[in-house]
Amino acid sequence: MTLTRFPEVSARRRRKDKLMRGLLFLATGIALVPLVLVIYYLIYKGIGSWSKDFFTSDPNGNFLGYPGGIRSAIIGSLIIVGLATLISVPIGIGVALYLTEYGKESWYASVIRYFIDVMTGVPSIVFGLFIYIVLVLGHVGGGFTGWKGSIALSLLMLPIVARSAEVVLALVPSSLREAALALGAPRWRVVTRIVLPTAASGLTTGSLLAVARGMGETAPLLFTTAGAFALTANLTQQMNALPLQIFNDITSPRAVVVQRAWGAALTLVVLVLILNVIARLASRRSRLA
Amino acid sequence: MTPPDATSKESATSDAGSEEAADVSTGGMPSEQPQAPDVSKPGVPQGPGHAVRLKGLNAYYGQLHSIKDVTIEFPAHQATALIGPSGSGKSTVVRCINRMHEEIPGARATGSVMLADQDVYAPEVDVTSVRRLIGMVFQKPNPFPTMSIFDNVAAGLRLTGTRSNDLRETVHRSLRSVGLWDEVKDRLHEPGIGLSGGQQQRLCIARTIAIEPEVILMDEPASALDPLSTLKIEELVDELKERYTIVIVTHNMQQAARVADTTAFMLDGELIEHGPTSEIFTNPKDDRTERYVTGKFG
Amino acid sequence: MAPTTTVTVARGRSVLERSPGARLPDQVLRWGLTALAAAILALIVYFFIRLIGESHQALSQFGLSFVFGNDWDVSRNIYHGAPLVVGTLITSGIALIIGVPIAVATAVFINELCPRRLRAPLSILVDLLAAVPSVVYGLWGVFVLIPKLLPAEKWFASTFSFIPWIGGGTVTGPNYFIAGLILAIMILPIVSAISREVIATVPPENKEAALALGATRWEMIRIAVLPYARPGITGGVMLGLGRAIGETIAVVLVIGNAPVIGSHLFTQGYTLAAVIANEFGEAANTPIHSSALFAAGLVLFVLTLIVNIIARWFVAHGHRRPRAGDLDVVVEAQAATIGEIG
Repeated sequence: MTLTRFPEVSARRRRKDKLMRGLLFLATGIALVPLVLVIYYLIYKGIGSWSKDFFTSDPNGNFLGYPGGIRSAIIGSLIIVGLATLISVPIGIGVALYLTEYGKESWYASVIRYFIDVMTGVPSIVFGLFIYIVLVLGHVGGGFTGWKGSIALSLLMLPIVARSAEVVLALVPSSLREAALALGAPRWRVVTRIVLPTAASGLTTGSLLAVARGMGETAPLLFTTAGAFALTANLTQQMNALPLQIFNDITSPRAVVVQRAWGAALTLVVLVLILNVIARLASRRSRLA
Repeated sequence: MTPPDATSKESATSDAGSEEAADVSTGGMPSEQPQAPDVSKPGVPQGPGHAVRLKGLNAYYGQLHSIKDVTIEFPAHQATALIGPSGSGKSTVVRCINRMHEEIPGARATGSVMLADQDVYAPEVDVTSVRRLIGMVFQKPNPFPTMSIFDNVAAGLRLTGTRSNDLRETVHRSLRSVGLWDEVKDRLHEPGIGLSGGQQQRLCIARTIAIEPEVILMDEPASALDPLSTLKIEELVDELKERYTIVIVTHNMQQAARVADTTAFMLDGELIEHGPTSEIFTNPKDDRTERYVTGKFG
Repeated sequence: MAPTTTVTVARGRSVLERSPGARLPDQVLRWGLTALAAAILALIVYFFIRLIGESHQALSQFGLSFVFGNDWDVSRNIYHGAPLVVGTLITSGIALIIGVPIAVATAVFINELCPRRLRAPLSILVDLLAAVPSVVYGLWGVFVLIPKLLPAEKWFASTFSFIPWIGGGTVTGPNYFIAGLILAIMILPIVSAISREVIATVPPENKEAALALGATRWEMIRIAVLPYARPGITGGVMLGLGRAIGETIAVVLVIGNAPVIGSHLFTQGYTLAAVIANEFGEAANTPIHSSALFAAGLVLFVLTLIVNIIARWFVAHGHRRPRAGDLDVVVEAQAATIGEIG
């Protein structure tokens, strides 16, 4: 009776396997290091700024003494991004509806789709320049204003909403649509009564993530809203926003102002993370997938 | 019975990795193995060296007990068919033999699978070396889409660092063995997925035999193919069993009758009956076997 | 003769017809949405034309030197932007060199190697890198990364000074390397997300075929996963490149904004995006300066357009036989990152 021996996997191959697996594991760890460091320093350096005054007073632009809080920045961000959301979400979902319900695979729809995809790659500063040229230079309704910042942001948010909405709408089973159509419902009813409600939580998720993105953008606002210190809450004037405030404070020679930048950055990241979490929760309650 | 290319097989084996070459040619203790017993050249058939014996094999998908206590011998240099209705566990049994079953998360197997006198499931055995000796051909032909015909056949060989001259020889020989040579010899560097379904499957078989396994497992190898290709595959099985031990899962009873020397019938994860093919089909001992082969169910 | 049934009702209309009024909402919705989509297209084209218009003064005055000449001097109103273009390419290059291997490695690890239940948490963590606003990365870069890395950079520059472009000058705080490093961190999530999606589409039967031949796990990845995923991953890399080219705020804070082509890795430089953000204020009253900045914006826009178009073309015409789903996969993954659906 002879013995069969299993051929040895050469030590070289085994070593290489272990080595590569180790490297891949290491690389994943390295990828997470910046995340940990950023969050750590944000908390470490930023939490000290948080106080009642911090959230209830405006930056005062004084050269000496207490530099003020970030109230106008927070409120400005909420208002500007709020308007941008009101513009970009309905339009984005509208474009997505067109693509999934009417255009589908037509030549025209493919062009639109391609365009939207390309728009996601456009740097945000370019959108700021666009609005600056068309609206600010031309002094359409004033110089730097809050609402122009909203328009610039909505250009940025639109492709995000549209693309994710299209994915979600396409997930609505065609059998649902067909059942409604077979009952004699007109197309627009199918859309408003069946398709949109079914896709609602997915659409919410996509929109919330676009909002989170919009809240963090600085460049588009530099050329359109330009920032202000005082609380204006008036979209027809210059307004403050969190990213603008942080950007300005970073380059200040005063340590207390830099300190405020950390506090504001922590606030901004917390807001963005909350939006992300809500978005994820919304997608988990989705009736699709 | 010595296989026709024993000598070329030796040279192929001796080139497959310098460490193995050293072991084989000197026939003595390989430097890496502690107290290894006296070894013969792996892969050269001698007596029952190619037989596969399952003892008390049980397989689980998580909590689901899918293979129940299967004990069977697959005789050397024969083709054994595994038949049974879908869900009977025939594919799972076969995937346990080359330990592919455990690649599924949550899946495990207990019992032993003996290749000659080595248990494939022994704790010191490396699962990748098991698969060098027990090859597998899948239901859906799966040539590597980014590789040429040549590279596909050479894929397994390249893993063990075969030198390129021997590589070429072995690849050509494998392609000849599966009857593909004439059809592809002028386009060895074209993509493997450019072939027809039947050709792709033969390519996969060539890829498997290029590394000179002892056993070839086939999981419904012809079920995705047209009748003409199916016939070619069956002829191939007939030739291959001279050099290898073949276990072939099939849902096509006529196929089992055509190619297999032995047949085993499975139902609901249990091995109901096995024996010479002619007996299983004409004179089955178990009622359930009889009902299946006469088409009363399944 | 069989009696014919009439289905006419009031006003001579058959009951099967819909009144014109009932058809109206459908028409409105359909054509309204179509017009909306067209309007977006037209708007973008319009913006593009206006941008060209504003850049015209600088481009006609400086011609090709705007891109190839090395002399960006605000005080003399000379705007030859080679330092900007070169700086953009250098920082993006560094971002790719550092970021892509790590991003692809995480994608391979998450999909092929890590335990199943860790897959979702790890993916979420990597994707969270994308949620951090760029101004926050800038803040962190200025006050944490730059000071903490300075000693190491100095040591590296002096130890390896024989390598051209590594040594050879004073190591400044803000420099190309820091900018490239932060860009690497910023493009990591998108390259990783797209790579993950693409790797998930590798047919399992090819992976099984490799394992059945006796391949180790890494060998299986090498012969069955990576070659298949390569076109899609390349598309993802190019999208990451597009992102790196256009990033403004983080870069303008950490690159030093020196309008010269830096002589080595650890010195200050400039990029197309950074110059716009940095000099915008002071250019407001100098038309030629503003025009030069718009021209920089135009170059930036065209550059990112080209990179994006190449990215999509590449995926659709990958070196292996493309499948119908390829482009969709990359776009899905992009939608997934930025919209994070599923």
